[in-house]
Amino acid sequence: MLISVGLAIVFGMMRVINLAHGEFLMLGGYAAIVATNHGVNIWIAMLLVAPIVVGIIGVIAERLIIRVLYGRMIDTLLATWGLSLFFIGLVTTIFGNTVNGIGAPLGGIAVGRYSISLYRLVLVGIAAAILVAIYVVLRTTRLGLLARGTMENPNMAAALGVSPPRVYAATFGVGAALTGLAGGLLAPISGVLPTVGAAYVAKAFITVISGGTAIMAGTASAASLFGTVNQLLTYLTTPVIGEAGLLAAAILLLRVLPHGITGKLFRGSL
Amino acid sequence: MFLHVTELSARYGRIPVLNGIELQVAAGEFVGVLGHNGMGKTTLLRTLMGFVPAQRGRIAFDDVDVTREPPYARARRGLGYVPQGREIFPGLSVRDNLRMGFAGRGVDERIDAILETFPRLTPLLNRRGGALSGGEQQLLAIARCLAGQPKMILFDEPTEGIQPSIIEELVVVLRQLHQRQGLTILLVEQNLEFIAELAQRVLLIQKGTILRELRPKELRQADVLNEFVGVGTDAG
Repeated sequence: MLISVGLAIVFGMMRVINLAHGEFLMLGGYAAIVATNHGVNIWIAMLLVAPIVVGIIGVIAERLIIRVLYGRMIDTLLATWGLSLFFIGLVTTIFGNTVNGIGAPLGGIAVGRYSISLYRLVLVGIAAAILVAIYVVLRTTRLGLLARGTMENPNMAAALGVSPPRVYAATFGVGAALTGLAGGLLAPISGVLPTVGAAYVAKAFITVISGGTAIMAGTASAASLFGTVNQLLTYLTTPVIGEAGLLAAAILLLRVLPHGITGKLFRGSL
Repeated sequence: MFLHVTELSARYGRIPVLNGIELQVAAGEFVGVLGHNGMGKTTLLRTLMGFVPAQRGRIAFDDVDVTREPPYARARRGLGYVPQGREIFPGLSVRDNLRMGFAGRGVDERIDAILETFPRLTPLLNRRGGALSGGEQQLLAIARCLAGQPKMILFDEPTEGIQPSIIEELVVVLRQLHQRQGLTILLVEQNLEFIAELAQRVLLIQKGTILRELRPKELRQADVLNEFVGVGTDAG
């Protein structure tokens, strides 16, 4: 869910296929690691530094590249692929092609014979809080209203005095920031290397597409479904079968519900 | 002049649509533009709003040259637009459609004030814009435009596809906006009855050029209708 929520905004709302989504995640991880290594509190590094840095990078990318390509899907795809290669090359040059990481905070708690990472539990809470926060912003604030209206009909929004270029930049920036936040939060669990984005980007797209048009309800329901299938099969068999099961579930779901989960269920929701 | 258009030309690709339009609208005036399909009526309004770039000529609004300004900048200067086909935000509620037109504090008070003119919208506030009938959407499109407190409104065929009872309501609303609120209005229409009922003067557009100016009562004369509009005398 954490990985997909930024993409839900950029792809789900703006219909921009951002192949550099995984690299935004990777940059968030590095931003958190670098900040922590320079003495910044790990929570501030993960929750503030990572999203702010990647949000700024996102706004710059939107202004310099994405802006001139709206409505040109293939061109956007190629441009963001190039952007992703650029980020991978840049980070490899600076940090090398090795795994970097930071220690997970909070330690673990024992439940009988088992030990659970407290940080992983907190992550679940943070993911839920982020989802609620995005819902509240989109549903109740003027910024959320302008974003929803502009994505539905940019010309009409402009006729009402709204500047679509500004709304696009802000929305893309927020989507990038959320992806950076996810990268920062995942850094203590999985570590970060320059090519880590590739491991996540496919899952993120599968989740958002399977979710359907309602970006929040769709992403949350698809992430819950696929996460459950993946973890259950991984627990019962092997991680490889878990991944295969996730893909099979996505194919089956899109075969039965071509417009995604919210094309049939939760219609009209956000 | 509140709106002063000089030698305005515009084209879609290589096809010219507007050819040297000359148009002046005084503050508080209600001007109609009449013409057949494909004569450039909608393109004229879209060019005035900035959606179609002007190839030549000048558009001055409220004594400011807005020819090269983007649509949102013109809207912020007070140029309102009610487009053909209404273009309601279908996924937003009626209330949110109204809120899209207003960026300041006191939005609820503003909406309440607007609903006094459009009481039909009050019970629909929480319904999705896309779920309204064509007539209700037209009322919403006008109300949404008014939420931005425009100084002048460009109406593009508001009666298109609307049931007669709502058209009567539109006549009342537009007259009220013009006479009580003093709004300047430029109305593009094909409905002769409607335009004759409301406009103080009517411009005939043909092949992207303003051909002639008429008084509304002249629209009811058979020879004028046949010569310039090409329809029968049953228009009233």
